[in-house]
Amino acid sequence: MEIPYTVSARRDTGLWNAKVGIWLFLASEVMLFGGLFSAYIFLRLDAGPGDWPHGLLNVPVGTMNTAILIASSVTVVLAWAALKMRDLTKYRIYMAITILCGVVFLVVKLAYEWPQKFDHFGAFIKEDALGKYEQYLGNKHLLEKGLPPRKEITGHLHNKQALTDANIKEYEIALDPVYADPTNPVMDRPHFWPKPATDKIASIEKEDVQYANMFLPKHSSYFASYFTITGLHGAHVLGGVLVFCYMMLPASTRIYRHNPEHLANRVEVAGLFWHFVDLVWIFVFPLFYLL
Amino acid sequence: MNNPPDISPVEHETEEYAHEVRRHVRGYLMVGATLLAFTAITVALSYVNFGTQKANVAVALLVATFKAGLVAAIFMHLSAEKRLIYRVLIFTGFFVLGLFWLTYLAWYDPVHR
Repeated sequence: MEIPYTVSARRDTGLWNAKVGIWLFLASEVMLFGGLFSAYIFLRLDAGPGDWPHGLLNVPVGTMNTAILIASSVTVVLAWAALKMRDLTKYRIYMAITILCGVVFLVVKLAYEWPQKFDHFGAFIKEDALGKYEQYLGNKHLLEKGLPPRKEITGHLHNKQALTDANIKEYEIALDPVYADPTNPVMDRPHFWPKPATDKIASIEKEDVQYANMFLPKHSSYFASYFTITGLHGAHVLGGVLVFCYMMLPASTRIYRHNPEHLANRVEVAGLFWHFVDLVWIFVFPLFYLL
Repeated sequence: MNNPPDISPVEHETEEYAHEVRRHVRGYLMVGATLLAFTAITVALSYVNFGTQKANVAVALLVATFKAGLVAAIFMHLSAEKRLIYRVLIFTGFFVLGLFWLTYLAWYDPVHR
């Protein structure tokens, strides 16, 4: 049985059906991501001064991933144009590059960025104990400059058993550079190039700590929204890659041989989804990495 | 930039059409380059102090909106699409604004402080 309007346009809509379908789907996606971004805005506006972390993500890596995603958006549109020009070889090359870009994006995210966070530690200091850790926080210096205070000390946790063992009374942290030299003006704002934890060790007593954990979703509203939104976005990247892989299979070549426009339209629809995923990332990147 | 026209089923016109698509391809590459350039600009601007954190957020979102607009208009062909799709998107825009408005209400009038 021939499915109608896969290639030719319906007279009433002026469109082939899949195009209407993908746009309705994208509309629902806008609502899905819209809800999460809305929650992000709510959490962020409600965070007091110094409560919303800055500079905890790796900006160069995030920038690279942004570039990779933009490049893949270009290649998918070139793959589609190649089909329109009836050049199957070129189509396959561009599609392969697109898939490669998607896979690199996911590998960087899941095998590098996320695990690095899981290995990073932060302790929020109780309000009345902030003075005790002034040598790491440098809040007098920040106050003079009119900058929001620091309430958390981050770095590499040396005694990981302190997280679970109640008998251990303090956290031993190899400090991140900013806490090793908090009054240095170059530390007032986050750096572009992330620096590894210093060899300066601070011990922070548990009774002075309001809350401490690795950089997991439960660490803070910031990381909860970061992992939720980038996780959902990553799932979308994975979905796109799988669809593109299908479009490289012999089944798709058969469709091309039968009617090249049919495959071109399929690629266009998958491309629309891919561009949407790119578009979401364009907002995710500055909101989480830069601001 | 509009969509390339649908391909002609007549063989001898295909060549002419391919030329047309090639012209669009140059446009796509230009847009890609612009997006990459503006990614660099976004990163650079985030290290400039615009006075308040709010001003920095506004600048970054302005650049992001411009980039998203380019993706939507050119890559997603929204600059020249059929009316039905615009209608769908108008509804979507309405509801998503409603969603953000609810958040605003919750923030403006919290249950407790």
